[in-house]
Amino acid sequence: MAIHFDLNGAAVSFDGDPETPLLWAIRDHFGLTGTKYGCGVAQCGACTVHVDGKNRRACVAPVASVADRSVTTIEGLDGQIADAVQQAWADINVPQCGYCQSGQVMSAIGLLALNPTPTDTEIDGAMAGNICRCATYVRIRKAIHQAAQAAAKGTL
Amino acid sequence: MTRTISRRSFLASTGGALVISMFLPTLARGQALRRMRPEEMRDVPATPNAFLRIGADDRVTVLSKHIEFGQGTFTGLATLAAEELDADWAQMKVEMSPADVTLYANLNMGQQGTGGSSSMANSYYQMRKAGASARAMLVSAAAQAWGVPESEITVERGVIAHGPSNRKSGFGAFAQAASQLPAPIDPPLKDPETFRLIGTDVTRVDALDKSTGKTVYTVDLDRADMVQSAVLHPPAFGATVADLDSSDTLAIPDVLEVHQLTRGIAVFAKTRYAAQKGVAALKVDWDTTKAELRDSADMFQTYAQAAQTPGAQAELRGQGAAALETATKQITAEYQFPFLPHAPMEPMGAVAEVNSESAEIWMGTQLVTRDQQQIETVLGLPPEKIHLHPMLTGGSFGRLGTPDAEFAEEVALAAKAWGKGPIKHLWSRENDLRGGRYRPMSVHRLRGGIDAQGNITAWDQVIAIQSFMQGTAFGGAVRDGIDRSAVEGARGMPYNIPNLNIGLHLMENGVLSNFWRSVGSSHTCYSVETFLDDLFALGGQDPIAGRIALIGDENARLRNVLLRVADMANWAGAKSQPNRALGVAVVKCFRSYVAEIAEVSVGPDGLPKVHKIWCAVDCGVAINPDQVRAQMEGGIGFALGAALYGEVTIGKGGRPEQGNFDSFRSLRMSEMPEVEVSIVKSAADPTGVGEPGVPPVAPAVANAWRALTQTNLRVLPFSKGVLA
Repeated sequence: MAIHFDLNGAAVSFDGDPETPLLWAIRDHFGLTGTKYGCGVAQCGACTVHVDGKNRRACVAPVASVADRSVTTIEGLDGQIADAVQQAWADINVPQCGYCQSGQVMSAIGLLALNPTPTDTEIDGAMAGNICRCATYVRIRKAIHQAAQAAAKGTL
Repeated sequence: MTRTISRRSFLASTGGALVISMFLPTLARGQALRRMRPEEMRDVPATPNAFLRIGADDRVTVLSKHIEFGQGTFTGLATLAAEELDADWAQMKVEMSPADVTLYANLNMGQQGTGGSSSMANSYYQMRKAGASARAMLVSAAAQAWGVPESEITVERGVIAHGPSNRKSGFGAFAQAASQLPAPIDPPLKDPETFRLIGTDVTRVDALDKSTGKTVYTVDLDRADMVQSAVLHPPAFGATVADLDSSDTLAIPDVLEVHQLTRGIAVFAKTRYAAQKGVAALKVDWDTTKAELRDSADMFQTYAQAAQTPGAQAELRGQGAAALETATKQITAEYQFPFLPHAPMEPMGAVAEVNSESAEIWMGTQLVTRDQQQIETVLGLPPEKIHLHPMLTGGSFGRLGTPDAEFAEEVALAAKAWGKGPIKHLWSRENDLRGGRYRPMSVHRLRGGIDAQGNITAWDQVIAIQSFMQGTAFGGAVRDGIDRSAVEGARGMPYNIPNLNIGLHLMENGVLSNFWRSVGSSHTCYSVETFLDDLFALGGQDPIAGRIALIGDENARLRNVLLRVADMANWAGAKSQPNRALGVAVVKCFRSYVAEIAEVSVGPDGLPKVHKIWCAVDCGVAINPDQVRAQMEGGIGFALGAALYGEVTIGKGGRPEQGNFDSFRSLRMSEMPEVEVSIVKSAADPTGVGEPGVPPVAPAVANAWRALTQTNLRVLPFSKGVLA
């Protein structure tokens, strides 16, 4: 039986194996490749998406678990926080290889949606599940602070 | 190797945009098929057509022969071209060049590839000349069209102008006319004093795409009728299939076929999930008669035993080890370095289509020419029937440059086995972490002696390690028992120690190993820099003053970064704030000079807690200073993670014990120290930055730890070393 959910604002249905990880459905079935495979066991965060606005690791979430829910991937972002985060990311030259950065950006947006002015410690805690092998962490932290300020001022 | 790009295929790839002339200066053909010394690279003739494309829309596209895996190569090359072209930064774009060794050889390697932190060093003149040559052609075309002398034309930020007649144009309007003109082979280059972009901070050409999920990696490619393949590798290195039962796998819906490859078994399926389930359902009896079955403890014991004897001599100064006999005091230390995985975030992957007549493969590769040759060999196809598309990648750290081209072979064989169209061949993280190609494990045994005044008089170092060059196409790098990549950093260490011996035992080991960011210096810098501190302590010398005294004028640039970093950290001895200590280490790596000081305390988990790292680097001209800083920051985090936790241990039956990020611990954000980088202003030709920031991190931390706790860390990673 097909599973229906909302993907980046559009109603979609998936009629493959309902146990398929959301990650592969998003990437291979719906062709949205911004969400990445890094570990498959919810340890690296490269596959982070928002389900009903909250951070979720798509590699361990069966498609069946998002039935009738709303999924947002990096391709479907909009709004002031998302714009501020992505602009800060580019301004500060955060990405190196870039492969983990979709997940980092999604986690950062998820954090700022809950906590508009996080401290360094709060950032470290919220981003602990996102690995960057290039170790761009110094700049990620800086970009989150800059995005928080920009979003607060509405200066984009 | 005679493949070239035809004008037709080039135009096709640009979607009909106008390109700068396809004229190929005959001097350039085949010119780079040998390794060049840095000073020779200045004299390579300009080949703008190979490296630049200028569209009617004013877009300037740089074709990068070096792959981008995070180190900022695309941005660096675009900066060099834009500088001499006088382009506007916003009009620059970068794409990977095709595989073609006649046009795109790395001058430092003599074949197409990316590594040894050589991209900017290689392309500093080549890419600037391409830009200068294209600029001259555009100016000529404009002068002809406007009927004015070339000397009256100016080019600034992408605008060609003739002041007297008040005419202006973008590049695009003259691209076609320029393409009909001959390309100047030796165009004049700018005086560095007049650089407008080189040496300034620019936004990376890929920053926004990588922040918005738009960058396309190999794993993101899609082809019509593509199937998904996954692979099961042997549980121990060298094991082979004795018996395979794939009935459970083939019973899974959407699984299509199962094929045995040279090393491993490939499952082909309609979906990635089915392919993964298919791999998990394979039932295999493994033949381990030729497998490496020792565990890490066994290996370390064998290596340590070997290190007790001198081995092949890699370097001798003065009386060598014999001088220990006359030393006033001496110490001995044994170090253990583990296998280290690269674990790039993008797992190994390729998209490939192979049939009986041709092959087309997209993959990340640091050794393009080598992989191409291997694909030719295993498929038995002529070079012109193989189309290899080198891709930008999600990290590498050396992983994508394997001298035996094993991954390229696996991809070619898998695609051939399927044979019915394109496949996406993707490794799981477990394939990656258990698949070898680690930084080789090693044991170093050091003995050192000082005289009555505390001067270091003798240094004897024996390294036991396997060679990943021997027996491969790169085997020529091993001579008289010496693999230079195994001893670099120890051999030729920049300290004037009168009596010195470096010995090497090349060990047999079936676990596959490889280049790993900073290669030999990833272990030699650690043993050299920490043992040096031990000897300074023995002789009552300060770690900074002691080093300065041992660094000769031939390494003045190293001395300079050391003095600078001491200044940055306000060094007044190793003790810092209460409960914290400072440690220093330096390296000369890929012709760059780096000095780092780490500030360390004892963390709540009993491991070193690194608060801050100061880093001074001299890499010649800093083409993109912000990218130099980024590479130092990233290299420091990468190295710190490896130093604290990084290892793959080999367990019972020769099985790698770590399979994913739950058991292989990578540095996380809360563990990332503050980093302060200072770049030496220099007019020297650029040298590497991707690797040189890595080696000093671990020894700087260990030296601080020693000052703080009076204990040595000689077993890595530190998570083991603090208990050893």
